[in-house]
Amino acid sequence: MGRAIARRLAERGESVFLLGLDEADLERSAADLKERHRDKASVGYAVCDLERPEGFAAALDAADAALGELDTVVVTAAMFASQEALEADVELTRRLVTVNYANTVVFCEHVKKRLLARGGGRLVVFSSVAGDRGRKPVGIYGSSKAGLSVYLEALDHKYHAAGLSVTCVKPGFVKTGMTAGLKPPPFAGEPDQVADDVVRAMDRGKPLVYTPGIWALVMLVIRSLPRFVMRKIGF
Amino acid sequence: MSTGAVAVPEPRTDASTAKAESPPPTLSAWGRLPAEGRELLTEDLERSTVGAALCRGLGRSYGDSSLPARADDKVVATRLANRILHVDEQTGDFVAEAGVSLAELNRLFLPRGWFTPVTPGTKFVTLGGMVASDVHGKNHHRDGCFGAHVRRLRMRLADESVVTCSPEENEDLFYGTIGGMGLLGHVLQVEFQMRRIPSQWIRAETERVRDIDEFLEGLGRTAPAWPMTMGWIDCLSHGSSMGRGILTAGRWATAEEAPSAPPPPPRELTFPVELPNWALNPVTARLFNTAYYWRHMAHRWSGLMTPDAFFYPLDAILHWNRAYGARGFTQYQCVLPRAAGTAAVREFMFLLTKLGGASPLCVIKDCGPEGKGVLSFPLEGTSIAVDMAVSPDLQRIVDNLNAFVIEVGGRIYLTKDRFTRAEHFRAMEPRLPRFLALRDKWDPKRRLRSAQSVRIFGDAA
Repeated sequence: MGRAIARRLAERGESVFLLGLDEADLERSAADLKERHRDKASVGYAVCDLERPEGFAAALDAADAALGELDTVVVTAAMFASQEALEADVELTRRLVTVNYANTVVFCEHVKKRLLARGGGRLVVFSSVAGDRGRKPVGIYGSSKAGLSVYLEALDHKYHAAGLSVTCVKPGFVKTGMTAGLKPPPFAGEPDQVADDVVRAMDRGKPLVYTPGIWALVMLVIRSLPRFVMRKIGF
Repeated sequence: MSTGAVAVPEPRTDASTAKAESPPPTLSAWGRLPAEGRELLTEDLERSTVGAALCRGLGRSYGDSSLPARADDKVVATRLANRILHVDEQTGDFVAEAGVSLAELNRLFLPRGWFTPVTPGTKFVTLGGMVASDVHGKNHHRDGCFGAHVRRLRMRLADESVVTCSPEENEDLFYGTIGGMGLLGHVLQVEFQMRRIPSQWIRAETERVRDIDEFLEGLGRTAPAWPMTMGWIDCLSHGSSMGRGILTAGRWATAEEAPSAPPPPPRELTFPVELPNWALNPVTARLFNTAYYWRHMAHRWSGLMTPDAFFYPLDAILHWNRAYGARGFTQYQCVLPRAAGTAAVREFMFLLTKLGGASPLCVIKDCGPEGKGVLSFPLEGTSIAVDMAVSPDLQRIVDNLNAFVIEVGGRIYLTKDRFTRAEHFRAMEPRLPRFLALRDKWDPKRRLRSAQSVRIFGDAA
């Protein structure tokens, strides 16, 4: 997902800095982004691991140095595992909720401080529709995203006036490597379609975006289902 | 404004999360006939191809070449492994991952004056698929297949090693992979030569032709003068108008001829629903063909066209294969050698109209000399492609057409095929032993396979 969003930014001439796990992979992604603009987009990268919060400040320093003070941060990273895999492995559960909630919040706090110090900016973070309701097949993953969504909403309420624009992205099922092996439900989206929605929401400073858009409606229904129904049904 | 965006990478996925679902999932290609199996979508082709039996791009081959031999074979979908790695705008040397689509290359590089040296009739194909099918286009008589413009391939082999091959290095693997239907190794990365174009417009000329003889004469006449030629044939008309149609020739417009404005972005409509099986029948097909033929009122037309309208007329309607309904369809494409003469083409058209089963889409094109790809389809002669809906009669029609093709020394295009019998393929393909020897060398255990390789090469299923 990060790749599809970064491409849109590079193609319209913005400078981009990538953070990721694998240096060789980042190098290839940076080359791709660079070639997407007629004048060769300016693209840098640094290694950053959401499991290692001690590296966040240095990674953001590198981005700031390369971009001459960044003004927008997009966070697409997270961990995903099925409910069965998580229930079978407590350590995996600990890692997943730490990465998706605690460490992502810590990362956002670093970003928030920097952006506020320079008069504001934009923070776009991928949460998930799975965080909207406690559901059997995505209970643990969903709870980590529920926490993140609440954090992002509060961040928006508190700092909007100070110039910080926060966008919480709630993708429905998107056909990417993350969901490979899962059966796509109805309304599954493609990364390009989701990236278009996200960039539009970011540009307009929308605090919340469901993507593909139909998921806003789907989740409205799911959120309004009474508990006894949720207990009965399988999703 | 200096805008920066920081993107953190894709999540790590627990690979063991695949759940058993019921009913069993299926994959299908453009011809819509399904096979049991699932594709593994990946952004990291190099890692995901370990242990894979087959790669597939956008699933635009018509037959079963992108479908798994067995439901539990690992089939890797390459379409998100789509990074452009290097572009040299001085020389036109491009390097990209195998999942990069032609649609994306056109979108990014047409405005910058670069175009693929060879394009098939749809832009919804990946570089990996273009290599595996060694695709040809309207310029085959002049520029050969896509493989002739490929410099180097990076590949994952059956023994899990990763190698590069080129005309200088691992030459046999290189030429075996071009047109090799993905069976010698998984293409990870493609280096190829793009072409400078003088403008973003096509200067085209079309001509309404009355019958097959006029058609063959027209193709022969236009080929030396025009870098791109092809024809649409009404293969439902009998008698004296058998083989009537529209002949198209084109070239890139010069900078002086072209309007200063770039072409408008293509308008894409989506075929909204799957039509019932009976919707496309001989009556409606004939109505369509007659209308299409007479829409071309003037005997000759010449003017400027957008590349999308010229190269990809059918791409304007996304999912047009839904017109065939759930029964699915195939395309029969063969090439008849020049040596067999125009009589063979006329006889083939006669056989085709007699057997029936043809639909509105029938395309004729003359091909230049055979390329170096070991199983590459085109050879010097006339290529004919025709869509056919699946029916109880289809196997018999394909068998009959194949018998004729064997008799005149022609061959069929594996990328379109789902119904050719193994013995027919052996009979029409003298290069087959050479290809099988390459498989013995690079994949002796036949780890790489497809539904098509089981059907045609007799791989274990």
